[in-house]
Amino acid sequence: MNNKIRHPLEPSVASKWFAAFAVIGYAIVSLIPLVWIVTTSLRTPQDAISYPPKLVAEVSAIGYVNLFTTRSRVGAEEMADLPPPTTWYEKIVRDQQMILAGPSRFLDRYANSLMIGFGSTLLSVVLGTLAAYAFSRFRVPAKDDLLFFILSTRMMPPIAVAIPIYLMFRAVNLTDTHVGLMLLYTVVNLSLSVWLLKGFMDEIPREYEEAAMVDGYTRLQAFFKVVLPQASTGIATTAIFCLIFAWNEYAFALLLTSGKAQTSPPFIPTIIGEGGLDWPAMAAGTTLFLLPVLFFTILLRKHLLRGVTFGAVRK
Amino acid sequence: MNTSLTARHGLSDRALAWMFVLPTVILLLAFNIFPLLWTIYLSFTNFRANRPNLDVDWVGFSNYTRVLNDEAVWGHMQATAHFLCWSITLQILIGFGLALLLNRRFRSHSFWSTAILLPMMLAPAVVGTFWKYFFEPQYGIFNYIVGLLGGPKDFTMLGDGDLSPWAIVLVDTWMWAPYVMLLLLAGLRSIPPYLYEAAEIDRASEWTKFWRVTLPMVMPFIVLAVLFRAIENFKMFDLVDQLTNGGPGSITELASISLKREAFEKWRTGYASALAIILFVSIYGMSMVAVRFLDRVKQR
Repeated sequence: MNNKIRHPLEPSVASKWFAAFAVIGYAIVSLIPLVWIVTTSLRTPQDAISYPPKLVAEVSAIGYVNLFTTRSRVGAEEMADLPPPTTWYEKIVRDQQMILAGPSRFLDRYANSLMIGFGSTLLSVVLGTLAAYAFSRFRVPAKDDLLFFILSTRMMPPIAVAIPIYLMFRAVNLTDTHVGLMLLYTVVNLSLSVWLLKGFMDEIPREYEEAAMVDGYTRLQAFFKVVLPQASTGIATTAIFCLIFAWNEYAFALLLTSGKAQTSPPFIPTIIGEGGLDWPAMAAGTTLFLLPVLFFTILLRKHLLRGVTFGAVRK
Repeated sequence: MNTSLTARHGLSDRALAWMFVLPTVILLLAFNIFPLLWTIYLSFTNFRANRPNLDVDWVGFSNYTRVLNDEAVWGHMQATAHFLCWSITLQILIGFGLALLLNRRFRSHSFWSTAILLPMMLAPAVVGTFWKYFFEPQYGIFNYIVGLLGGPKDFTMLGDGDLSPWAIVLVDTWMWAPYVMLLLLAGLRSIPPYLYEAAEIDRASEWTKFWRVTLPMVMPFIVLAVLFRAIENFKMFDLVDQLTNGGPGSITELASISLKREAFEKWRTGYASALAIILFVSIYGMSMVAVRFLDRVKQR
């Protein structure tokens, strides 16, 4: 018999088992869509639309090949005249009765996402760090109103903001440019960055800088040499949140870019293309797009709560 | 003492404070306040963004009266209200349930909570695209699973006017119930154990403990979760734009979707601006309340 005495507040063994069972069940069901999209990226287009859906299907790279290439259809006779395919991906294209026409725009769009994401993250974290330090340490006139104003900018519906921004960008030729979208994302992320970083700065004891200043540092030196290293976890966390936001953003990208500076989220739905049935290619694009976010989410798990509540709830 | 110290070396704190805050404030003014003022101006005109060379006339409040008297707008508001009520109710119920279960701290509970949180961080537009695939009536996995569980198989989640409002509620709940879970779990963990110890001494039943201790103590977090989700879902655009694009017809045309159609498809910029201002004022009202609650939760 189990004679260990259970603390009255400790849940009973049975209730723990029930909780584990229910939670794991929910988690598995809620992960089915993610697993399904990743596996779909490795199927053939025929398997992707088979009914009933196949739990186990032939593994194929068609999705990824189609994602990265454009192809054109040729007749059987013309096909027979062609020299044999030289690469493994060309062979996959030929097997679909098509020939390779060139690379697709997926890589460009992905690169745009990376460039705009990292650029705007860098800017909003630098500006946010400065502002957060000032709000945390100095007497700023109308501080609370200013902080509320900064937060309130996040509450505007993006489509409402997009109307005048669209006109503004048109007036100064920023439509469909990397700089335009980068600036816009920087501004949208500033509220998050200021609020999150202010929380992190508030947690660093003032005594550190004061001691450094007694030792002859100026305030600015103390900020760079004492406060910034102490805030590095907070800065990294904030940067990842900003990056994920910019990476995921869709509304502005849809309305303000069309080609050159278009990011992945408005592009991925257009992959399905020809016949509307190339789900493996769409799934492949989605998988490559989601993987970095999944990775960062796991990295951030201890700070998620803070990030999604603008630093208000810290555990 | 502090100020006299810095006065001797380099910049004064005051100057530094301004230097640090100004870039942020200027950017926000340029990209938020200026556009807002411009939208207010546009809402009083008949400007059309696709015909910039046309004369712009001042039309007074007529855009506002047209928005408020437009039956279609009331339809969109009803669609938005349906979406808000159901998605938030389901998310609170599921999220609170999961939080209570996770709070029993069974082995590996933190691993599974991270797993549950994954959908929340994904791009809503991309999520919308792949759920479209799951909802395909011919080969979609959603219909298949419903069929396996004994339900009907021949329904089209996105093409049927009775079902599509539920499709967006379902996907939004899948994405955001974890968010409520995360917030309420923090609420549960902030309850001081002595309250339960006191209840234990009083021989309170589990039921009484839940109603008298857990629920009142978690309430501010629940209110915060409701407000946060309400603000976000009132703005909802990406997910629904991809999933249904407001369809079929305009059954799932939520506020932001109709704004996109008015502003960027019908190009009624003045009218759309009036609609945008009305939406903004509503959301702003909600946010004011949310911020008050933020402060309250913060004090815990």
